[in-house]
Amino acid sequence: MANKPVYNIPIGPIHPALKEPILFTFDIQGEVIKGVDFAPGKTHRAIEWMGMRRNPVQITHLCDRICGICGVSHTLAFSRAVEQIAEIEVPERAHYVRTIIAEFERIQSHLLWAGVAAHELGFDTLFHLAWRVREEAMDVIEYLTGNRVNYGIVQVGGVRRDFTDDQFPRIRQALDTYEGLVGKLVTLFLEDTSIKLRCMSTGVLTETDALELCTVGPTARASGLKLDVRADSPYAAYGDVGVTPVLPDVYSDGIHGDVYDRIVVRLFEVVESIRIVRECMDQMPAGPVLWETKYAKILATCKKAEGEAIGRVEAPRGECFHYVRMNRSEAPEAWKVKASTYSNQMSWLKILQGEQIADIPIIVASIDPCMSCTDRVSVIRDGRPDVMTGEALHRLSVEKTRRLQA
Amino acid sequence: MIAMLTAAVLGCIGITVYGLLFGLVLQGVDRKCAARMQARYGPPLHQPFIDIAKLLCKDNIIPKNAVKSVFNAAPIIALAASITILLYLPVGNLMPVLGGWGDVILVLYLLTVPGLAMVAGGLASGSPYATVGSQREMVTMIAYELPLAIAVIAMAWRLNAAGVADPFSLVTLAQTPVWSVVGIPGIIGMLLLMIAITWVTPAELSRVPCDTPEAETELCGGLLVEYSGRNLALFTLSGAVKTVAMATLAVVLFLPWNITWFVPLAGAAGIIADLVFFAVKVLLVVFFSVSLIRVGMARFRINHLVTFYWGYITLIGFAGMILLVLDAVLGMGVVA
Repeated sequence: MANKPVYNIPIGPIHPALKEPILFTFDIQGEVIKGVDFAPGKTHRAIEWMGMRRNPVQITHLCDRICGICGVSHTLAFSRAVEQIAEIEVPERAHYVRTIIAEFERIQSHLLWAGVAAHELGFDTLFHLAWRVREEAMDVIEYLTGNRVNYGIVQVGGVRRDFTDDQFPRIRQALDTYEGLVGKLVTLFLEDTSIKLRCMSTGVLTETDALELCTVGPTARASGLKLDVRADSPYAAYGDVGVTPVLPDVYSDGIHGDVYDRIVVRLFEVVESIRIVRECMDQMPAGPVLWETKYAKILATCKKAEGEAIGRVEAPRGECFHYVRMNRSEAPEAWKVKASTYSNQMSWLKILQGEQIADIPIIVASIDPCMSCTDRVSVIRDGRPDVMTGEALHRLSVEKTRRLQA
Repeated sequence: MIAMLTAAVLGCIGITVYGLLFGLVLQGVDRKCAARMQARYGPPLHQPFIDIAKLLCKDNIIPKNAVKSVFNAAPIIALAASITILLYLPVGNLMPVLGGWGDVILVLYLLTVPGLAMVAGGLASGSPYATVGSQREMVTMIAYELPLAIAVIAMAWRLNAAGVADPFSLVTLAQTPVWSVVGIPGIIGMLLLMIAITWVTPAELSRVPCDTPEAETELCGGLLVEYSGRNLALFTLSGAVKTVAMATLAVVLFLPWNITWFVPLAGAAGIIADLVFFAVKVLLVVFFSVSLIRVGMARFRINHLVTFYWGYITLIGFAGMILLVLDAVLGMGVVA
């Protein structure tokens, strides 16, 4: 075994195992992974650059387009940051509308992931099934917001559309459908022999590693970290309904931090989301959904605002973090988006080590990566991709801080 | 002599056309059935024909660091070998064209040739994905050959024990169902062997869960990754013909009955009835051992695949063989 040659396999930037561009380089011995490295930055779209040239009302809709799946999470995180700086009070009802949409987004995102995971395992039947039941959540989102993706519902100061009482039966119908399907999904995903065979003890991330690598969301929870922004620092209506972070021991015996546990966490988070939406519908207060209906006034308030704030939201993949700094001008002075994958991606180096080539797709997919959310920078020097060293990054950040303080 | 040669050549041409057409139809049926089971509409039945036509129109790209001769020869060898298998297999009540020149052992050897050609082509294409795919294909072949050989040899041995002359000949196998010579333990043994062959079929044809050498999501097509255009069309056709061959072998071994054995139909009517019945049997085999299995499972990891075939399927095969031997030794069925 020891004298087997080590050879190099590139996976990416475009590869069927990856749903978005990123470049992995693997050192392989036989079928076993000996070394991993990856280079993100292949799908950088200069979102922040565009945002710094627009006003907060426009940026909200730009945020919708950071990610095709967690549109609400980014808009909500950004709006929360701006609302704190400009001291805008969001009406109570708007918080509930935001919560309901955010939870439907979680349901559709987790089901989408479940389908992708099944496809990565070569189990296409389950992929088609998962995506078919996902349509119900998409339909409800379209029914409520008018759009399947890029919902455009969250607005600085509230939401752009209210729910009427006659829309509730449709929501309840969707929730009932999902409640009826949960048992079936659990059987198909968690009791299937071939899935157990491929996912158990695969891509293990220990609790210590999960903590040290600052992982977030389902990836962290599957390793046993009780982390959930919805529970730790409640926003929107989560303080009223209460959220318990889902750990894999709700289903499996103990916490292993493997791919299987990540499936468990995501499936049971769907159950939790159904409960949250139900409670939100029951408790929803009456009243307006927007702090101010006149855009001119929102814009004027934002223009007068000064200060900095962060908005944190528990996106389906984990914590989504927006930092905004405003300084009495139309566009924000600084805007930083940190998507959940940014926090989770370093765990790849740990969980891919020593695994087999066959498990690369499912392990890479198991943290539910979203590269277009994550890619904030791409270094090109002399027309070729380049890498920033630690010192260079430090120097740049010192320069930027000075510039902001000047 | 001349007449015999002409008949053989005509037979070969006929079998080739039949193998290609029926293989593609089988692929179409398989795709449609799988799609329906996955709650999809699925492509039309003639989609494989469209695909082949499309591939034949496309550029045939040869990678710069490929070994050109081997890379180009592999698909031709694969297709030729697949068609050759058909020449030794009976179709309906029509006896094999080259039946007198080869037996089931030859068929077993010929079945490995398309796989070996793919391995050679994959290694010659100079891509790391294809190299990994080729290694996996070799391991897969080693894993499934043993249970396949066990099943075939056990059945031929049982026929021999029953005093049937020339038991390895496909003509004999097609005309003497092993079921008819065995007693109760033998029937159980035959059922076990049938299970083994059902599972060997997807491995032989590189379909899910045994598409590990191609593994679309991890190796983007594995040993076929560099193939395109005409060469890929040839490999696709070879796969289609091999499906017919493998299913025919299963039919000959386990379901050799013909309509005319039960209903007296003379002449053309009998031939046609047998051919239709044969097509139905092949379709059933493909449905159960290809479509149904691939819809219901995830892909094996290569080590799981080896454990599965060397461990479980070989054990099942051995159990079946031992039961057939017991059957003969205890004199339960027909014994010479």
